[in-house]
Amino acid sequence: MIVLSGLTKEFPGGGSGIGGKEQGKVTALDRLDLEIGDGEFFALLGPSGCGKTTLLRSIAGLETPTAGTVRIGDVDVTRLPPGKRDVAMVFQDYALFPHMDVTANIAYPLKIKKVPQREARAAEVAARLSLSELLTRRPGQLSGGQQQRVALARAIATRPKAFLFDEPLSNLDARLRLEARTFLKRLQRELAVTTIFVTHDQSEALALADRIAVMDAGRIAQIGTPAEVFQRPATTFVASFIGSTPMNLIPGEIAGSVLRAAGATLPAEGVPDGPITYGLRPEYADLSRVEREDAFGGTVAVVENLGTAHLVTLAVGDPYEGTFVQAVVPEGEEPALGETAWAVPRPGRALLYRDDLLVTTTTMSGAARTSSGRA
Amino acid sequence: MAQAEAPHVVAPQIGETHDAAGLGRARATAFVLPALVLIGVFLVFPALWTIYLGLTDYRLTGLAAANPQVVGLDNYTTALGDDRFHTSVWLTVEYVAGSAVIGQAILGFFLAWTLRGHRLKALIEGLVLLAWILPGSVVAFLWLALLDRDEGTLNAILHTPGFAWLLDYPMASIIVFNVWRGTAFSMMLYGAALESVPPSHLETARLAGASTFQQLRDVVLPRIRGHVLTNLLLISLWTFNDFTTFQLTKGGPEGRSEILPIYIYNVALSGGRLGFGAAISFLLIVINVVFALAYLRLLRRRST
Repeated sequence: MIVLSGLTKEFPGGGSGIGGKEQGKVTALDRLDLEIGDGEFFALLGPSGCGKTTLLRSIAGLETPTAGTVRIGDVDVTRLPPGKRDVAMVFQDYALFPHMDVTANIAYPLKIKKVPQREARAAEVAARLSLSELLTRRPGQLSGGQQQRVALARAIATRPKAFLFDEPLSNLDARLRLEARTFLKRLQRELAVTTIFVTHDQSEALALADRIAVMDAGRIAQIGTPAEVFQRPATTFVASFIGSTPMNLIPGEIAGSVLRAAGATLPAEGVPDGPITYGLRPEYADLSRVEREDAFGGTVAVVENLGTAHLVTLAVGDPYEGTFVQAVVPEGEEPALGETAWAVPRPGRALLYRDDLLVTTTTMSGAARTSSGRA
Repeated sequence: MAQAEAPHVVAPQIGETHDAAGLGRARATAFVLPALVLIGVFLVFPALWTIYLGLTDYRLTGLAAANPQVVGLDNYTTALGDDRFHTSVWLTVEYVAGSAVIGQAILGFFLAWTLRGHRLKALIEGLVLLAWILPGSVVAFLWLALLDRDEGTLNAILHTPGFAWLLDYPMASIIVFNVWRGTAFSMMLYGAALESVPPSHLETARLAGASTFQQLRDVVLPRIRGHVLTNLLLISLWTFNDFTTFQLTKGGPEGRSEILPIYIYNVALSGGRLGFGAAISFLLIVINVVFALAYLRLLRRRST
């Protein structure tokens, strides 16, 4: 169990002149609370600069928090140096020592900790990661995927309480990345060691993690399982960040249980009157060639081939100023450019946001669970 | 790259078919020739002339100045049997080891290591660099003022009026002087070298629980080995041939700070024995070359 409470990290700002104390501080983490269970595969997801790497490094002990505490197990490790925290980190660049062979690299932390029979233990872990053939090679003679496995082996060999991965897949090329993703997930299941990883790639977080914390500007915008975060994003930020095609966020207005947005009239019972943002994933919109009241009508502006489907962008209203609504259309059913079509929301799939926060309703979203996220 | 005879400054010869500049042989020669002539006149000829002088009894004045005789290897046998020469070699070893290898290299590394990412880095680097860019004669004068027996700053600070640093501790004085003057180079070079050590490597070692010493031994030094050797080569050669301390002690008192370059000056120009001085100069060159070859051999052993 890893528990963070009130974790705050401020960095001195860019214009660090002599005597410039208070101005220009950058808050990377802002009073952040987080609990990660034993054996959990946990993702820290967010755009660059959101504080996710600082958070990971604070758990590792490579950053000293300005305020707040970090607990690993029963121990408050906030003031402990990295070497005494019993965590292992895999860096984005793998950080393999170029002058040591694979065995020496894997055994290095064991050597520092004076573990006996470390070579044998290194070989054992290497065998598990199919590195047995490469034990005498130097990192420079390994492929990217092999280097990553050596870095993983070095982390595993120390048998830590937790693994910390910093962008573990981003240095691999696209095809290898999918392979490595599957491999990583299986490995984590087998080892059953608490694992926290940082990524900016939402598909990676959705695919790997048991739970995801979506971060924005040093705070956690939402925590939940991949399904929760994908289906019920707690804020418009999460909504626009999660999903391989960005969610449609259409400004509208509710008056007397009726929602009007971009020319469509939709039922909205139980939601107070006022301005609203209508959120709909392109995957949950069907394209109709027949005019409908409860759909977003427009001309087809862009058709993007996604392989097994097409992403269709409709220009609703004035084609140069109007709103764009996207829908995913199965292969073979894509419209021609300039055609008029209507994007029909599937029942129970739309989300309503007011002041950037999710409005929970029964009618609009179907499943009436309370949101597990916090803003 | 297997030859060990001469230090390679230039990349291996490019085949004649590669005429990257498109000049043709004649014009290329015309471009290079003036430089070659200058090198020949001012470098190669004096060097050869020194070797020749070393084999004669040529003197600054007197009979041997008008009619020098070739005496063969007499100068060399005299030098190798001369106590003053032995002392001078030993003092030079002390000077190079003390001020270059231990002083400049270790202090420079320490400064570079502690200044990593420090907010006063630019300021401190600037100050240290100032000591390096000042002309030697200016620095020597500053140190004379610092160490002066009666009016010296150091004696004023330490409340030790009348203490004669340059007379009582001539070697220590010139060693500290040279450390002060030359550390900036090592610091800058190591500073740049340390930039090449990826932070993630140091952090991996820290996460493993490595102490600072272990981080230096396992992560930093293997990575900057080439920089360390190059630095040691440069500063030891510079220090070996350094003449600036002449302005502080003139090799004295009683030859107690008479390192080789000053010994040569004292013998050849003050003592007038040009032939003997030339012979020792040649020995100095030989020692330099041996130094350089040893370092280059170490450098070449760099693993890849």
